[in-house]
Amino acid sequence: MIADNDRNGSTNGRRRASKASQKKVPKYSAFSLLKHGVGSTEWPRAWRNHEMRPSYDVVIVGGGVHGLATAYYLAANHGIRNVAVLDKGYLGGGGSGRNTAILRSNYLTPEGVRFYDRSLELYRHLAADLNFNVMFSRRGHLTLAHNDSSLRTMRWRAEVNKHVGVDSEVIDPSQVKELVPHLDTSESTRYPILGALYHPPGGIIRHDAVVWGYARAADAHGVHLHQKTEVTGIDVAGRSDSGARIDTAGRSDSGARIDTAGRVVGVQTNRGRIAAPIVVNCTAGWSSTISDMAGVRTPIQTFPLQAAVTEPVRPFLHAVVVSGTLHVYVSQTDRGELVFGASVDPFTSYSMRGSLEFVEGLAGHVLELMPALSKVRLLRQWAGLCDMTPDYSPIMGETPVEGFYVDVGWGTYGFKAGPVSGEAMAEAIATGRTPEIIEAFGLDRFSKGELVGEKGAAAVGH
Amino acid sequence: MIELPCPWCGPRNVTEFRYSGEVTPRPDPATATPEEWRDYLYLRRNLRGWVEETWYHGAGCRRFFRVERETESNDVRSVVRLPAEPAGGRAR
Repeated sequence: MIADNDRNGSTNGRRRASKASQKKVPKYSAFSLLKHGVGSTEWPRAWRNHEMRPSYDVVIVGGGVHGLATAYYLAANHGIRNVAVLDKGYLGGGGSGRNTAILRSNYLTPEGVRFYDRSLELYRHLAADLNFNVMFSRRGHLTLAHNDSSLRTMRWRAEVNKHVGVDSEVIDPSQVKELVPHLDTSESTRYPILGALYHPPGGIIRHDAVVWGYARAADAHGVHLHQKTEVTGIDVAGRSDSGARIDTAGRSDSGARIDTAGRVVGVQTNRGRIAAPIVVNCTAGWSSTISDMAGVRTPIQTFPLQAAVTEPVRPFLHAVVVSGTLHVYVSQTDRGELVFGASVDPFTSYSMRGSLEFVEGLAGHVLELMPALSKVRLLRQWAGLCDMTPDYSPIMGETPVEGFYVDVGWGTYGFKAGPVSGEAMAEAIATGRTPEIIEAFGLDRFSKGELVGEKGAAAVGH
Repeated sequence: MIELPCPWCGPRNVTEFRYSGEVTPRPDPATATPEEWRDYLYLRRNLRGWVEETWYHGAGCRRFFRVERETESNDVRSVVRLPAEPAGGRAR
């Protein structure tokens, strides 16, 4: 599906889109399944390709779940349809296609818990909202504690969660064993399991389907999706100190306060210039390189995070299992593959190559948790890029440059937050006011000293 | 897996080292404003390209050195020895 679209997208700039690709997006239903399944008619493309317009009301950089959700909610909730989503590769080829598809809302700060809980709520109804099966599977999320300090943090998290109304509790090793019989809960292991934070609403989802569902729904509302369109520059007008980079408090490189950071007027791409009064940075991994183009400095460092998947085995693991001490999280997909993720690599890099020491460490850690997996073979490993912020919370909303919005700094939490980020960013753009749910995540919090520390909610120690 | 050329021990696997971050000039404590301290604390250039950074050979000579690394290919080109205690205080 992606490959076909990709091919079509690459030629889109040169030839007129065919008549077939301009047809209205049809609804998926039992009837359409019968029609295309039994009959010989081909399934229509999930979204269309359009000629690039010289200007849009809103240009969104990054065609992952955040960018597409922002576009979808702009159109669906606020009626802003003259929107383009640009991606330098194909839709969902970055963090949206590289994460481990785990959903949860058992965070540490009340701001974080409320935010991710709204996301989980949107995810629960997403299939119906988008008319696309995103395969959400609520199966419970277990964060194992192997020492007293993590047990303490989990009690803290459970209390904050319950206070905000999120189902979370600390359970003992015998309850852990009941939920996941394959875990080695004996006391003879190197890191015995002392308990776990159990979060029943957590689960997994088909991450590609989320991307495709949002893309299709955004397209149905008239949003233009432009793949293989790389942003090479952002045009800013009216800056008093042109060319300087601006820090989080709106000062230039030299330290001088600049009166006007300017306003966005458009973006340069490898397919030409697009004029736009509003540009939204919804990229991950490369977000600081995009923000730099607008002259906005963000406190972000890019670290790779590696993951791996095994061959499919019979379903046996019915919960998501996370161990911070062992730096690993495990879930089983609907196809039976075991998906493993780890903590971020120990140094910054834009490289997405896997490393041998990662697989070696991962295998050892997984076997400490579940010795029964010793004969299972790994199919492949990969890496994705994570934009780490100093407090492990995202940076969302306005910047000193008028019309330039950011939805960045997602670290390892980005995929879970896709729907709520899209909803909140769309509201911020449409109304010009920062919605309450993301007030705490502004870029100016670093200059105000109002950090939202979420390191304690990281699934694994980073 | 990448190798780092420790100026004292020679090329070693990166797992022997600890990353101390890109070189960030430390403001003068006598004159720095709170904003300058904050920038020093939080802001990194995070470039995609050649970056100068500090590494610590924890599993070897336990000394600090500077390298220039390309952050996409992880190639390393220049290496400079640092005194045992790096200028600008202890590494992060």
